[in-house]
Amino acid sequence: MNKFHLEFEKPIVELYSKINDLQKLSDEEGNKDLDDDIAKLILKAEKLREKIYSNLEPIQIVQVARHPERPLFLDYIQHCMTDYIELHGDRSYGDDKALIGGFAKLDGEPVMAIGQQRGKNTKDNIYRNFGMPQPEGYRKALRLMKLAEKFKVPIICLVDVQGAYPGLSGEERGVAEAIAKNLEQMMGLKVPVIVVVIGEGGSGGALGIAIGNRVAMLKYSIYSVISPEGCAAILWRDATMSPVAAQNLGITSDRLKSLDIIDDIIDEPVGGAHADPDKVYKKMSAYLKKELKRYADYSPLRLQEDRYQRFRKLGRFSER
Amino acid sequence: MSILEWFADKKAKAIKPKTKKLDIPGNLWVKCVSCSQVIYSKDLEANLKVCPHCQHHFRLTCHERVAITLDENSFEETNSFLSSINSLGFTDAISYDERIKQAKKKTGLNDAVITGTGRIDGFPVAVAIMDFSYMGGSMGSVVGEKITRLIELGTENRLPVIIFSASGGARMQEGILSLMQMAKTSGAVYRHKEQGLLFISVLTDPTTGGTTASFAMLGDINLAEPNALIGFAGPRVIEQTIRQKLPKGFQRSQYLQDHGMVDSIAHRKDLRDHIAAFLEMTRHHRLVPITEETPHE
Ligand SMILES: [Zn+2]
Repeated sequence: MNKFHLEFEKPIVELYSKINDLQKLSDEEGNKDLDDDIAKLILKAEKLREKIYSNLEPIQIVQVARHPERPLFLDYIQHCMTDYIELHGDRSYGDDKALIGGFAKLDGEPVMAIGQQRGKNTKDNIYRNFGMPQPEGYRKALRLMKLAEKFKVPIICLVDVQGAYPGLSGEERGVAEAIAKNLEQMMGLKVPVIVVVIGEGGSGGALGIAIGNRVAMLKYSIYSVISPEGCAAILWRDATMSPVAAQNLGITSDRLKSLDIIDDIIDEPVGGAHADPDKVYKKMSAYLKKELKRYADYSPLRLQEDRYQRFRKLGRFSER
Repeated sequence: MSILEWFADKKAKAIKPKTKKLDIPGNLWVKCVSCSQVIYSKDLEANLKVCPHCQHHFRLTCHERVAITLDENSFEETNSFLSSINSLGFTDAISYDERIKQAKKKTGLNDAVITGTGRIDGFPVAVAIMDFSYMGGSMGSVVGEKITRLIELGTENRLPVIIFSASGGARMQEGILSLMQMAKTSGAVYRHKEQGLLFISVLTDPTTGGTTASFAMLGDINLAEPNALIGFAGPRVIEQTIRQKLPKGFQRSQYLQDHGMVDSIAHRKDLRDHIAAFLEMTRHHRLVPITEETPHE
């Protein structure tokens, strides 16, 4: 069991606390009669977890996507890749700590890995600006992508961000221009770009590194034009309406797959990626290898065309 | 349409702007929202809807913008029948279907942008004009698709593209589909620029959110009307984040120019001449198509 529990996981937690009590009793009294009951209860708890997770509301998936113990960008780098060397700075203003990247090897082959990094604790979060990138983060990301392009190295972007930092400094240094420039320039990259949303895919701050030939999501991640809370505050003028906003916005992986916004869903264990991270790292590695193989012999022109058409077809309207 | 057809079409009938005269409410007298002076409607109209006392630029409808920007009768609308649908089944206080219906009724528009071809000082251009009065000029699938088609038309026919933005950002009622329009339109801008063609982005009041963070900031030349609100995050959100008052003039045209994001601020009476000057100075380039291999290999 993880240390941090979500509200909807309470029934499971309660069952486990009962199991713990029984286990203690069994240990203290050396009473083997309880072992059967304990085993049954564990089975029951896990069945309950499966049941709860098979039927999550969108707002509950939002909570899983933001779970404090959920693996982050650097966890995937550490477990799915080798030889990671971080490259710092946008060569213009500074080095963003919330949007980072560098060369690494995947299955022995070089890649450029880029992603947003949240903090693991308060201190870390302050260092990472709570995972909210400034304009220089997006400019650094583009610099690294151009570097990868120059040396024909494929690009892997892992998305995990509430949104770009919505402060005065970001506006001052042109965060809108930085994101826009990435959308424009990523469309022309001559190397494969694989994107996976691993936690929260928050609006333009996510899209700014998400123009991929292939875009996937982890099962319990979310991808949205606005946070459910933000949407509820604007359209309902009531933050408590965020579950309804989450439902309406259609931000879960299955919904987005059905809308052709994403190409693939990478499965997560019951309980979310943090319940069994090793399993998820394996799936992630396998997925990235498979996708890089797919694009290995695409020509630069074909990669550009493929990426353009992927986004060109998105949108629903009537034309009579 | 090819350039040749374009010129052949020169004399053909053009769709007339819906409102030939600028539409000013309150009949005879208008109170300026900025300086509170009372202005005679006809004076305001003659002054391109700019307050003669304080130079406040009132917002224009897209048809008013056509009337003051393009050569007379030169505008031909494209893709006018594209219309929004409630593909997510989105409902807040009222359903998105109902919002679409109300916005159409209120504005007489099919969505928050009109696109088409026309001429400015004789120079053929592809032009998109957003209209803030239609659901806050928000960008959903229709806005994204119309703008993308327009830019692609510009690329195919080697036309300069001019986009007048007026938008509160992405249209929440279309969820992620609206976010994807940022990628789509920016991709089209990329291809247009690759062909060495001119893209002028005109930022008018207000241009914020997903519109700013996509095509609106990508002009070869970014122009702004005076004192337009231009930004990414909304001022209230920023105040909540930094917990202090924002400086005077924050996210206004001059601020953007001072921070390097806008090439030039043009008074509405000069805007058309500015654009024409850029069209004139870059005109030779449009005659030389770039061969396919050049930009890619
Ligand atoms: Zn005034």
